[in-house]
Amino acid sequence: MTNRREINLRTREALNGYGFVLIWIVGFSLFTLLPLLETLRYSFNEVTVTATNINLEFVQGANFTRALFTDPNFVELLIGYAIETFVSVPIVLIFAMIIAMFLNQNFKFKGVFRVIFFLPIVITSGPVIRELTAQGAASAPGVSNIPAVVEFLQELPRALRTPVEYLLTSFILILWFSGVQILIYLSSLQKVDRSIYEAAAIDGASSWEIFWKIILPSLSTATVVNAIFTIVTLSHFSENHVIQYIYSQTYNVQGGIGYASAMSFIYFGVMIVLLVVIFLLLRSRAKRESK
Amino acid sequence: MQILHHPLVERTRGILFGSRAHRGLTFTIVLYLLLIAIGFVYLQPLLFMFITSIKSSGDLLNPMVQWVPSELYLGNYLRAFRVLDYPETLLQSILISVTPSLLQTLVCSLVGYGLARYRFRGKSIIFVLLLATFIIPPQNTVIPQMLTYRDLGLLGNPLALILPAVMGQGYKSAIFVLIFYQSFISLPKVLEESARLDGASDLRIFFNIAVPSAIPAYIVAFIFSVVWYWNETFLTGIFLEGGVTTLPMQLSRFTQAYENLYPPGTVNIFDRLNEAVKMSGTFLNILPLLVMYFVLQRWFVESVEMTGITGE
Repeated sequence: MTNRREINLRTREALNGYGFVLIWIVGFSLFTLLPLLETLRYSFNEVTVTATNINLEFVQGANFTRALFTDPNFVELLIGYAIETFVSVPIVLIFAMIIAMFLNQNFKFKGVFRVIFFLPIVITSGPVIRELTAQGAASAPGVSNIPAVVEFLQELPRALRTPVEYLLTSFILILWFSGVQILIYLSSLQKVDRSIYEAAAIDGASSWEIFWKIILPSLSTATVVNAIFTIVTLSHFSENHVIQYIYSQTYNVQGGIGYASAMSFIYFGVMIVLLVVIFLLLRSRAKRESK
Repeated sequence: MQILHHPLVERTRGILFGSRAHRGLTFTIVLYLLLIAIGFVYLQPLLFMFITSIKSSGDLLNPMVQWVPSELYLGNYLRAFRVLDYPETLLQSILISVTPSLLQTLVCSLVGYGLARYRFRGKSIIFVLLLATFIIPPQNTVIPQMLTYRDLGLLGNPLALILPAVMGQGYKSAIFVLIFYQSFISLPKVLEESARLDGASDLRIFFNIAVPSAIPAYIVAFIFSVVWYWNETFLTGIFLEGGVTTLPMQLSRFTQAYENLYPPGTVNIFDRLNEAVKMSGTFLNILPLLVMYFVLQRWFVESVEMTGITGE
C-alpha cells in the first residue's frame, strides 16, 4: 500500500517536473533541432529560393568538396580561426586567473578596479570592436609600430609569424574577452575555505606552494568551464572572419544557402575538435595534479 | 650576520615584504602598479575612442595632437547623432533588448527550477542538450528559421526574436537556465514541503517561495540578458533587417548612412566622414550601456557573491 503511494508520488513529482521544462523541450525542437536538421539537409543540396518556395536539388557532397578543395579562401580562414583560438584561450585563461586572484585580495579601491575589469562585458559588440580595430585601438599600445618589432616579425618563420602578429595586433581584444571568465574564477576562489590557506601557511607553505598545491587544483573545474566559454564566445563572435565569410556566401547567387550550410557544418566540426582538444589537454593536466 | 636579526631590520623587512599577518609595502606597490597597468590597457580603447571623437578635423590631421585635442569639438557628435537617427534607434534598441530579456529570464527560471527541484528521467539528456544549444553556432540554425519567418511574414518583426525567447531558446539561454539551476538547488526543501502540506500548488510554490528567494539571480540574469541582446548583431541583422533598426545595426552601416545624409560630392572637405565622426557614433552606441553599467554596477560586480555563477 505504502509502496504504491510512494510510486504515485514519484510519478506526480516527475510529471510536475516535466511541466516546468516542457516549454524548453518544445522550444528546443522547434528552434534548435529542426533548423539544425534542415540546415544539414540544405548542405547536401543545391538550394534555390524563389519568392514563394524553396527548391532543393540533391548534389551529394558537392558543397563539402567545394568548400574544402576548390574554395580559395575557406580553408585558409578556418586555419586562421583555429590558430587564433589556440593562441587566445591560454591568454584569456591565465589573464582571467591572475585578475581574479587580485580581486580576491582585500585592498583599497578594489571596487574601482572591479568596475574597470568588468566593463568589457558590457560594451563588447561586433560593430564597436570593428570600429576600434579599424582605428588601431585594439593592438598592444604602440608595440606593433616599433621598427625592431616589425623586423623581428619578418625574421620569424611563417608558421610562427601569424600567431605572434595576431597576438600583437589584438592583444587588448583578447583581454577584453575575459570578463565573464574573471567572474567565474572569482566565484570559485571565493568557495575555497580561507582556513585551508591559514593551515597551509602555519605548516610553512610559501605563497608559491599554496598557489600550485591549493589554488590551482581548486580552480580546475572553473578552468574547463572558462575554456569552453572562451572558445564558444570567440567562435560565435560576429566579427569572426569565418562567420563573415559564410554569411557573405549565403546570399551569393552561385551555391548560396546550400554551400553556406555545408561550410557552417565544417566550421562547427572544427570548433568541436578545438573544444575536445583543449578539454583533453586541461583534463590530463588536472589528472596529473591530483596524483 | 648579527645585524640581519636586529629588531629594526626585522621591522623594516616586515614593512617592505610583509609578514604572516599583513602584506608588505613592496607587495602593495607592485600590486597597485600591476592593477593600474592592466586597468590602463583595458581603458585605453575607450579613452582613444572618446578623445578621437572630440577632435576637430584640424586636430585629426595634425600629427602633434595625439592625446590632448586643442579644443572640445562637438560637431562630430551632432553629425553622428543625426546619422544614427539617435532617439528613434535608441528606443528600438531598448525595446528589442528589454522585451526578449524579460521573457527569457522568466522562462529560464521556470526551466532552471524544474531541473533543480524535481526528480525525473532524462534530466541528464536535457543538460547535454542545454550545452549543445550553447555550443551550436547560430549560422547552423539561422537560415531555416529565417525562411520560416519569411513564410510567416515575421521578418523584420520583433516577434522573430521574442518567440525563441519565450520558448527558452533565446540568446545564450543555456547560461541563464544554469544560473537559475544553481540558485534554486540550494533552496531548503523544508519551505517547499510545508507549503505543499498547506495545499499550495507547484506553480504557487514557485512564485511565492522560489522566486522571492532568487531575486538577485533574476536581476543578474536580466541585466546580462539585456546587454547580450543589445550587443547581438548577427541574429538581429538577419531577423530584423528591414523592419527594426537597432543602434549596433545602424553603426555597422554607418558609412553608408553617413553618405546618404551628407553626399560626399556636396559637402566641403571638412564635413566628409572621418574617424572622429565614426568614433562619436561608436561612443553614442555604447553610451546607454555605460550609463546602465555605472548605475547598476553593484549588480554586475557582486553578481558572483549573489548568485554563485559557476558552470558545474
